Amino acid sequence: MSYPAEFLYTKDHEWVLVEADRATIGVTDYAQKELGDVVFVELPRVGDSVTAAQPFGVVESVKAVSDVFAPVSGSVEEVNSRLQDKPELVNSDPHGDGWLIRVRMTDPRGTEKLMAADAYETYLRETQTR
Amino acid sequence: MKNRIQTARPHVNRNEKLIFEHSSPGKCGVDLPPLDVPPVSAAEALGEVYRADIEGFPEVSELEVVRHFTRLSTWNYGVDTGLYPLGSCTMKYNPRINEVVARLEGLATDHPYAPEFLAQGCLEVLHQTARCLAEITGMDAVSLQPAAGAQGELTGILMIRAWLEQQGNPRKYILIPDSAHGTNPASVTISGYQMRPLKSDAKGCIDLGELSQAMSQDVAGLMLTNPNTLGIFERQIAEISELVHSRGGLVYMDGANMNALVGVARPADFGVDVMHLNLHKTFTTPHGGGGPGSGPVAVKKFLEPYLPVPTVEKTPDGTFYLNYDRPKTIGRIRTFYGNFGMAVRALAYILANGPEGLRQTTEDAVLNANYVMARLRDVYDLPYDQPCMHECVLSDKRQAARGVRTGDIAKRLIDYGFHPYTTSFPLIVSGAMMIEPTESASKEELDEFIDALRSIAQEIEEEPSFVLEAPCSTRISRLDEAGAARKPVLTWKP
Amino acid sequence: MRYLPNSFHTRQEMLEAAGFRAPEELFAQIPDSLKLHSNLKLPGPMSEPELVEFFQRTAARSSREFVSLLGAGAYSHYRPAAIDALLSRGEFFTAYTPYQAEIAQGTLQAMFEFQTLITQLTGMEVANASLYDGSTATAEAALMASRITRRNRLVVARTLHPEYRQVLATYVRTLGTAVEEISWSASGELNLAVLDSTVNSETAAVIVQSPNFFGIIERVQPIAEVTHRVGALLIVVITEPLSLAILKPPAEADIVCGEAQSFGVPVAFGGPYLGYLATREKFTRQMPGRLVGQTQDREGRRGFVLTLATREQHIRREKATSNICTNQSLCALAATVYLCLLGKQGLRALAEQNFSKAHDAARKLVSEGAASLPMTGAFFNEFVARAPGAAETLLAELQDQKILGGLHLYRFYPEWKDHLLICVTEKVSRSIVDQTVQGFARLAESTPGTPAMLQGRHSRGERG
Repeated sequence: MSYPAEFLYTKDHEWVLVEADRATIGVTDYAQKELGDVVFVELPRVGDSVTAAQPFGVVESVKAVSDVFAPVSGSVEEVNSRLQDKPELVNSDPHGDGWLIRVRMTDPRGTEKLMAADAYETYLRETQTR
Repeated sequence: MKNRIQTARPHVNRNEKLIFEHSSPGKCGVDLPPLDVPPVSAAEALGEVYRADIEGFPEVSELEVVRHFTRLSTWNYGVDTGLYPLGSCTMKYNPRINEVVARLEGLATDHPYAPEFLAQGCLEVLHQTARCLAEITGMDAVSLQPAAGAQGELTGILMIRAWLEQQGNPRKYILIPDSAHGTNPASVTISGYQMRPLKSDAKGCIDLGELSQAMSQDVAGLMLTNPNTLGIFERQIAEISELVHSRGGLVYMDGANMNALVGVARPADFGVDVMHLNLHKTFTTPHGGGGPGSGPVAVKKFLEPYLPVPTVEKTPDGTFYLNYDRPKTIGRIRTFYGNFGMAVRALAYILANGPEGLRQTTEDAVLNANYVMARLRDVYDLPYDQPCMHECVLSDKRQAARGVRTGDIAKRLIDYGFHPYTTSFPLIVSGAMMIEPTESASKEELDEFIDALRSIAQEIEEEPSFVLEAPCSTRISRLDEAGAARKPVLTWKP
Repeated sequence: MRYLPNSFHTRQEMLEAAGFRAPEELFAQIPDSLKLHSNLKLPGPMSEPELVEFFQRTAARSSREFVSLLGAGAYSHYRPAAIDALLSRGEFFTAYTPYQAEIAQGTLQAMFEFQTLITQLTGMEVANASLYDGSTATAEAALMASRITRRNRLVVARTLHPEYRQVLATYVRTLGTAVEEISWSASGELNLAVLDSTVNSETAAVIVQSPNFFGIIERVQPIAEVTHRVGALLIVVITEPLSLAILKPPAEADIVCGEAQSFGVPVAFGGPYLGYLATREKFTRQMPGRLVGQTQDREGRRGFVLTLATREQHIRREKATSNICTNQSLCALAATVYLCLLGKQGLRALAEQNFSKAHDAARKLVSEGAASLPMTGAFFNEFVARAPGAAETLLAELQDQKILGGLHLYRFYPEWKDHLLICVTEKVSRSIVDQTVQGFARLAESTPGTPAMLQGRHSRGERG
């Protein structure tokens, strides 16, 4: 699976799509492969605030639990409620239907430390050969 | 499908139902003796709280029950079935005599609130077991109350806390090496501490430099396993303890791997202040499919006042009694006196062996692990290349390149008639294959096991898909664990 | 060394193959200064006959020839022979935790059946595969309630088993959780008015035992109402679950937990026992301990696996719902076999027998003028009787007749001096009850001033 060019990425393998002050957040294809079959997703509630680089949710597979870190700060406007019943969407479509939350960003400059798709792919290659 | 050694075969009982599905109204597996007093109607006496039916409850005859569970048992693999090299779990032989003596009338039947003068036998078992464990660990006092290793950890950490509180400051953190069992961090959390991970060095041991940096005035102590989960003895344990003590902290040893040390070395001499033992590992009480365990805690003299109540003590005239009068105790950790039946079994094991037998047992356990390691290291990666103690940790590094991971190899071992080793632990080894043969494996059996693992390595070279499909000789094939977790079905419904 | 399968010769061969010259080299990684240079000072070795003799001698110094009227969290019931026969199958008792599902279906299916039986009895929706014992199950339930409600104040009935309260105190002391205790009313039931004035919006859970430590059956519904009104969870602890065969399950509770030793697990001087914990489906992910779930294999056949393991310590480590690693699998198997053998009819008939025998004994004690019953609440197989004199004298006299006459409540409740907690299970014959009643009556005769004391039922204990 390729990494969409319009996304930005974190070293913890989350992606974010920024549209004006709205940001959609999910985990990357690499992350879902590492986790294996996702069985449960724990997400914040609408109205909760999330802080960049702090965990905001949990993705569970059969034998692993992973915190999900917020790429940007903001308040949660929408959570992907389909994941309640179909957590496997994180596996089948991590960059699409498997998105986790949408936030209204409090500080749009927060994206400066994130990686573009090509930088993320380089980062992945480095991680894997280490 | 290619299957070189086929030991497990499907059998006629492969579709044993749930007991509820055998049920039909009117059947019963017991006959009660006639009531010898005038009946009192519970329905009348209880009124609205009376229950008229237990919906869905099974109704089956005795034979159906016996067949049902006998059939179920045949789907299990136990130490009695064959080699069970599950690293860190110590699946050794559970002597039959232990089961016999633990069921003797007087030991299996005494009530915990029986008056002490009528419980002298039971109290003697507890007292003597504790004394033996103190001698084996070199520690000064032992409580048998913790119900399992994890509860022993909780007890031990609570004692550390109580002692530090007495010194004026309980502190905040407990250091735990990154190779530790998962119970360690979990126990630390429920003791009210935060855990701080300690990175292992290139040899898989505690890094004194790291420790020195981490060991601040906020750190209550260090919780370590020795030998560690890589099966390696912490060579610098004395220096480690000294460092922790010099900064005012205490040393907790997870005694899960004590079977590598019995009769050879004693934790008390390492500077350990408090530790637990697992009677179901080192001292042959059965694992029972996941318990009951027993996790006695052993301490140095200065921590003795903090042991859980009651302690079992002996008067000068030889009478045993339960001592509840211990003002500094951390309190009670379990009802009554712990898993007494496990103490009976452990004592039987210690007595059966005596000092020389126990030492020979340790030696055999370490020899078996080293033998396996020596004979597999040319086909499986050995991430920490040094002699091991009671278990060795290989990795799937070479096989992973062919798309086969440790879990797959483990499943394939089942087709060869063996229980798998421990997979994916310790966490510091990627693709860990943790093998603990224990002293209970004969050379003959080990050779078969080694051949099986070598054969699997070859299969992976030639036809990795076989291995990915494994197991293929069991009653059922790989189960959908993701489905089980996504939509949990935890009870039978009609 | 009968347990070791390798001969001296084989060991030599293996040493050589592994690259060692002598056995001592196996321990080269242990610094010499840390090694033990002498033999451990331990008794043994012993042959099997010697072991048997040793333990028979030990077992003789016991109360095995006594009939016991002791209950108080450890109940003596008859154990059908099939239990030990099945438990003794090596495939069951020498297996590990069923992580490798394909070769552990026996344990897994039995645990699934156990979970089902516990939910049927308790009226809850899910149950785990067991915990250490009733006291730790109670402590775990309290921690679970704190997690769910994010509150840390517990309100606990003083009629919860005293040792359970002690264990709970040990578990929560370092976590900053406050525990408040509630007294009982004249009936022996929880004092509802005091409960009502004690719970508030900080209360995580109300913990109440039923039948309580005095044997009195609690009415759960009004307690649940008071509890739920402040948004707290109700934990009902049941230490004599045989009662559930004829008592309405506490369906209004949020967590039902306790001790299932009654179901085929020997009294064994206090352990190993069998803790259980059941709850509502919505709290499943906050439960401690193992869970077995149903699933299917690649061919669509039904099978069972450990599931929702991400709650547990080996995966979530310091964030786990509990540090528990084992369960009491073999004891849970014993209970499963026991409950299947007795089944719906047998269990109910046994519970009725216990009920009848205990009530018959209580009636005789009162009608002979030998004892008074200070509590008016309904009970199952255990009740409190006031001795007509010094309880110690009475217990000693009964001991002379090989009867353990109950638990002197003074041990845990100073206000209950000379009150005995008496349990009458199916194992206590009518003649033992008669002897006990006579013992009480003799004491009454020899104690001046008793008749006045025995007039009517006494209610005490409001002081909580």
